[in-house]
Amino acid sequence: MPMTITEKILAFHCGKKDVAPGELINSKVDVVLANDITAPISIKEFRKAGAKKVFDRKRIVLVPDHFTPNKDIQSAEQSKLLREFAREHGLTNYFEVGRMGIEHALLPEQGLAVSGDVIVGADSHTCTYGGLGAFATGVGSTDVAAAMITGEIWFKVPESIKFIYFGKLRKWVSGKDLILHTIGDIGVDGALYKAMEFTGEVIDRMDMSGRLTMANMAIEAGGKNGIIAPDDTTREYESGRAKRRPKFYKSDRKAVYVEVREYDCSRLEPQVACPHLPENTKGVSELSHINIHQSVVGSCTNGRIEDLRIAAKVLKGRKIHPDVRMIIIPATQAIYKQAMKEGLFNVFIDAQAAVSTPTCGPCLGGHMGILAKGERSIATTNRNFVGRMGHPESEVYLANPAIAAASAVLGRIGSPEELK
Amino acid sequence: MKLKGKAWKFGADIDTDAIIPARYLNTSEPSELARHCMEDSKQPDFIKKMGKGDIIVADKNFGCGSSREHAPIAIKAAGVSCVVAKTFARIFYRNSFNMGLPIFECPEAVDGITQGDAIEVDAEKGIIKNLTTNKTYRAAAIPPFMQELIASGGLMEWVKKKVA
Repeated sequence: MPMTITEKILAFHCGKKDVAPGELINSKVDVVLANDITAPISIKEFRKAGAKKVFDRKRIVLVPDHFTPNKDIQSAEQSKLLREFAREHGLTNYFEVGRMGIEHALLPEQGLAVSGDVIVGADSHTCTYGGLGAFATGVGSTDVAAAMITGEIWFKVPESIKFIYFGKLRKWVSGKDLILHTIGDIGVDGALYKAMEFTGEVIDRMDMSGRLTMANMAIEAGGKNGIIAPDDTTREYESGRAKRRPKFYKSDRKAVYVEVREYDCSRLEPQVACPHLPENTKGVSELSHINIHQSVVGSCTNGRIEDLRIAAKVLKGRKIHPDVRMIIIPATQAIYKQAMKEGLFNVFIDAQAAVSTPTCGPCLGGHMGILAKGERSIATTNRNFVGRMGHPESEVYLANPAIAAASAVLGRIGSPEELK
Repeated sequence: MKLKGKAWKFGADIDTDAIIPARYLNTSEPSELARHCMEDSKQPDFIKKMGKGDIIVADKNFGCGSSREHAPIAIKAAGVSCVVAKTFARIFYRNSFNMGLPIFECPEAVDGITQGDAIEVDAEKGIIKNLTTNKTYRAAAIPPFMQELIASGGLMEWVKKKVA
């Protein structure tokens, strides 16, 4: 039976020759992930169930990244719970402040998520690892508790939608713009319960950073997972990094899709998602009248070294607009160090931007850049819901790092092409 | 089990940040979370005005966004007896079954219910009655596996049985 890449990975992990959409399966998991917000509930459930042992102490990853370095006493208590649980069970993949990073940037970087894996995480952006050609999906804390005990999880095999991107990308257009445009096209529930398979010559040419950004936001279209077939770019990225042997799958030529959508990317300009849903996308040129108070470059979506390089390229020799605060958050310690080595921090600080230690921070309105009533931020993050970055009457516009940096200089939404 | 209460109507794409804003996620204590239930929605004083057993009735894609289980926990701890929506976001759907918040998919009922209507839901049969208009609706059948989860008393009980 011809299968999609998603179906093949799931079939292998439930020990079947083939699986079909709609089928309920019990799948083995390669990695189980949780963070300082979601793990406390998992740990509580784990203990309540009377469990004594995790299924594999090397395959459970705990990353306190949301409210860390801890912003208040209560969040410190939550992190403490993770720390103690990790110690109690001898977890080898607990990442403390100073050794950590935003989970979805950290796992690929550390080679803990590899091609062909099934990964579940109590965080909706777990779908990021689809960029490597893994089946990865967000679940709740109770699901994670069960998976920590059994090493398995139940799934309904999703139907797949195939997205084909062709053409040549214009300057400053990236994976972020393709995924925002796609969400704008199909809506925030356009891929509800479904696998989003990203294909085409644009994807073939895209670097790993852009692929991870695209898979990261599959959830913003309601998708169960986003996935990109691994290739030489993947092989190169994983070489010397993967902690386990990656397994490359690709969809059969005759695999069945519920829908196929094609995008000519040649004419696409950088995209911005307006409040309060990621589907409210517009071309950047339509929004030059929107003033901003803050610009954030960071998050699991766009906090990688490639993103920081783009921001630096735009900011070099320029100053942030006097009415704007710019906050730049390298997603992991390794990215932080690399950015420092490349002199990017000099560019940022000379431009009068603030540089932060890795954290999810302002992306979910935690800390490190909360908005007051009536304030507006452009951000490379993934959600612009009501109150997402602070006051319920504040606003978030989602964009790529070049647009976020250019807007910080302009004091309004705009593109690097508009800078003198 | 009959669930009975007043309807509170919400629109489409109610995200988990509207259900429980992330600024309150420095705890997982249900009663604490309940105090801020629906605070960033268009009815921010929902928690002050709602009564025990009341029912949330929402348009499509209820619970989209974050995977936080704090969302169904906040709703349940607030005293909401069930949620009826046209469709649910995937993770919210899973979480609700796992932690025991009854949810029902029924577009017709959502269109036929207005704010403040008295609603009665037969949870086993999935029958939704609007007592104000005297109309009856049938929710989408709960998949057999989910029924097994409910019968076991939630995911963790089901896992305990499997592991034992």
